[in-house]
Amino acid sequence: MNILVKKSGLMSTLQDLGRIGYQKYGVLVNGAMDSFSSRLANILVGNKQAEAALEMTMLGSTMQLPAGIIFALTGADLGATIDGQPVPSFRPVCVTRDCLLMCGFAKQGCRGYFAVAGGFDVPIIMGSKSTYLRAKIGGFDGRALAAGDVLKVGTPAPTMQLFVQQIMRKYGANAAFATVPWYAPGTFIFDDNVIRITRGQQYAWFTEESINNFLNEPYSIALQSDRMGYRLEGEALQYKEKRELVSEPVTFGSIQVPADGNPIILLADRQTAGGYPKIAQVVCADLPRLAQRKPKTSLHFQQVSLAEAERLYLQQEKFINKLAVVIQQKLTEVYN
Amino acid sequence: MNNVMKIFMEAKMQPLGEAAIQVSFGDRIDPQLCLCARALAAELEKNPFPGLKELEVSYTGVAVFFEPLILIREKIEKANPELSHSYQVVENYIKTLLKKIKLSEADVAPRVRVPVCYGGEYGPDLEYVAKYHKLTQQEVIDKHISGDYLVYMIGFAPGFPYVGGLPEDIATPRRETPRLAIPKGSVGIAGSQTGAYPLETPGGWQLIGRTPLELFRLNDLEHPSVLQAGDRLEFYAITPGEFKRIAAQEGSVAK
Repeated sequence: MNILVKKSGLMSTLQDLGRIGYQKYGVLVNGAMDSFSSRLANILVGNKQAEAALEMTMLGSTMQLPAGIIFALTGADLGATIDGQPVPSFRPVCVTRDCLLMCGFAKQGCRGYFAVAGGFDVPIIMGSKSTYLRAKIGGFDGRALAAGDVLKVGTPAPTMQLFVQQIMRKYGANAAFATVPWYAPGTFIFDDNVIRITRGQQYAWFTEESINNFLNEPYSIALQSDRMGYRLEGEALQYKEKRELVSEPVTFGSIQVPADGNPIILLADRQTAGGYPKIAQVVCADLPRLAQRKPKTSLHFQQVSLAEAERLYLQQEKFINKLAVVIQQKLTEVYN
Repeated sequence: MNNVMKIFMEAKMQPLGEAAIQVSFGDRIDPQLCLCARALAAELEKNPFPGLKELEVSYTGVAVFFEPLILIREKIEKANPELSHSYQVVENYIKTLLKKIKLSEADVAPRVRVPVCYGGEYGPDLEYVAKYHKLTQQEVIDKHISGDYLVYMIGFAPGFPYVGGLPEDIATPRRETPRLAIPKGSVGIAGSQTGAYPLETPGGWQLIGRTPLELFRLNDLEHPSVLQAGDRLEFYAITPGEFKRIAAQEGSVAK
């Protein structure tokens, strides 16, 4: 089965959970900005969590979908419609006849995820289907989607065939699509509470006043923010003394501070190493919520211990793995 | 080697978020620290712990990325309640490993030879670099070949080496206006750095030559990058004819 891209949207790229193991060769990790939503979308269509999904930024794509395809939308609410009918998010949707899926501007959140049963059939480069824009490799031809692109869909998990039959018999009468009466809880990513951080490696390089400002004042996400990093605007941060740092590894959520004092949060397309002092590190569990923040919105940071950060991470992992089990049961249960 | 033991014993470990640890052997650019980092990475690759995801070697140390979910089941004695469980498991593991590492000259300094066709269309800035230092083009080439180079880190772009060891008397500032596209394989000078571009990219380096080697091979999953952190690097001059011949051979092994 093929999907024809009619309109690309602002920036739509295929991303999975990243290219792991090649940073030592200078290869970026890439991968979904909001990995929770990407994993959830894949779970909902019976795929492995690490399968690639289409990440649509701020403005979604319009795609011609073939009859028989099963998809799920998670993450940002892009106001998706088929034949003028709203398409519900956070649940599997079966397409009963060829139709046009239209996604618009993000009403809530910043990045929408579109997964299809069977996954996207694109080459696996260094263990990943993620698009590496700067090196022009991975994903669809190493680039963001453009109108006219044809995305090949892989073979769905065997359990999904029974799911389609059941759902069509029960709900798929006349409409262009059919779905289930239940949905997965995936909207916590829109919660705009504080973003929790742990101390960065050069935390002690900053003045006490700067650390107070960082933890108590709001920081706004600048317009020139992208998958590589969020530039923040707010109280400028200062070092106690001018010191040179030899470039060292960074990771998703590292908050580095260049000499101008404006922090930058490094994200999915970050470089493998950086030479600016790092004041803090966003906890893994808050990265999905961070990725859903639009430019020009403001952030508050709260410091937690490394032990607490780990507890939050384990809690979120247990949550999604439990969701995977429950959804898998739902997908295979027979509707009477 | 006693000195190396001391460097290992004084290694500093810090969390890099809750899923990675940064091991640092110092805070300066120094060939010995680089070799220590490379030795630790090699030891970890030989003896990985459950949950190890990947390693990244940098100028002064190694970042070790791991999966906390797997490590949470390991027991630790005298846990620190402020630090995470998985961090402490990995920290203990690395401390034990550092005590066991034995460095031998043979496994720390492999030499990679990189052929370069200097000047002409391959090195459009060679003339400028020569004039800048009041040298002949051949003198610049000789000095560039004579350098004792060490690859400190691979980064910036796939397979791009950060190389130390350029003779100071040919160190040259970057071009005032960067080029929009530097051809793949270009060998250049930027300040006291030298290096080779594995892929076509924009950049402001002074281009003195080009290598026909495919420095980054997408289809080689084990060693996509010809160079690795800690490699000794040697440049040698080739003619345009040899360039074409090697490039043709390389074309068949790379994508």
